[in-house]
Amino acid sequence: MATTTATTPRMWNGGRSPFNVEYGKLMMWYFLMSDAFTFGAFLISYGTTRFATNGWPNPNHVFNSYPMSGAFKAPLVFVSLMTFILIISSVTMVLAVHEGHNMNRKGVAKYLFLTILGGLAFLGCQAWEWTHLYHEGAWWGRNPFPNSDGTVSTTNFTNFFFTITGFHGFHVFSGVIINIIMLIMVLKGTFDRRGHYLMIEKAGLYWHFVDLVWVFVFTCFYLI
Amino acid sequence: MEHTIESLAQEHHVGGGRKEIYRVTVILTVFTLVELALGFYLMNVTNDLMRHFIKGVIIIFMLAKAFYIVGYFMHLRHEIRNLIMTIVVPLFLFVWFITAFLADGNSFKNLKNSLDRGHKERSEQPAPVKKEGEEHKME
Repeated sequence: MATTTATTPRMWNGGRSPFNVEYGKLMMWYFLMSDAFTFGAFLISYGTTRFATNGWPNPNHVFNSYPMSGAFKAPLVFVSLMTFILIISSVTMVLAVHEGHNMNRKGVAKYLFLTILGGLAFLGCQAWEWTHLYHEGAWWGRNPFPNSDGTVSTTNFTNFFFTITGFHGFHVFSGVIINIIMLIMVLKGTFDRRGHYLMIEKAGLYWHFVDLVWVFVFTCFYLI
Repeated sequence: MEHTIESLAQEHHVGGGRKEIYRVTVILTVFTLVELALGFYLMNVTNDLMRHFIKGVIIIFMLAKAFYIVGYFMHLRHEIRNLIMTIVVPLFLFVWFITAFLADGNSFKNLKNSLDRGHKERSEQPAPVKKEGEEHKME
């Protein structure tokens, strides 16, 4: 506490960042905060609609397939795989940032590459799941799944599912593009010439945010 | 100005390190596994109160995971207090946001059910039974 009170007046005297980070990183934080409100609004409208509806489909009956599953239905298996892919890609991103602190160009490139692979794997999984659901008859405005109590369901379930996972998937896609651009810049030695790898940290913040949102989407749609 | 971007890059070595990264990875993995175990357990629970309780526990684990991702992977715990406050304080709007909207949804359901008889009857129609084998058909 004593250090905070001693440093705070100096922090706001100008000439330095009162947040002790560079401008770009602070703005990335503010962008992510606004993005959190966008996702929050989506998820809360989903929750509100679910609370306002008498019945709701059981996610364990809807999301119970995985590639080549055939007749063996197992709920949660495929989405667990997607969750772990995203967590691991988040870890490799932290490691890339860590290598950036040590100015290790090769290490940054290696871990960025692994992060990109993880992102692409996640997108592949999502593409498979969407295709599968589409062939089962689910799409915006179409819901083939009955409520868990056997009553007829509304299309809200599929509308929210495709809108929110689609919006998240679009974020993953943008993250992969950003990471690819970062990888190209790393390989060209741009950051070595600049003298620091702070840009990787900003891309990393975005990537972790994508992982963070998936934690919420995963819980809200598949678990509860 | 003495406070250049290069000096900021140097200052940011507080906290972190590979050990912390691996520790947080293990924590996130364990929390996810617990969530999944609870999810599987939830499938066979029919008691409404118990279902709500398990869902509440899953949500607590979800928030704990969010804390570890933001705090350690996004490094927010190691930033200075000013930055933490400017990000975290506005997010407390969500407390009101979630409470008010979910309560509103619930009240809307009760109003529809009690005032609009047709609505309740329509929502209790049995869904058409799907023929076995037609499900999960891949073109």
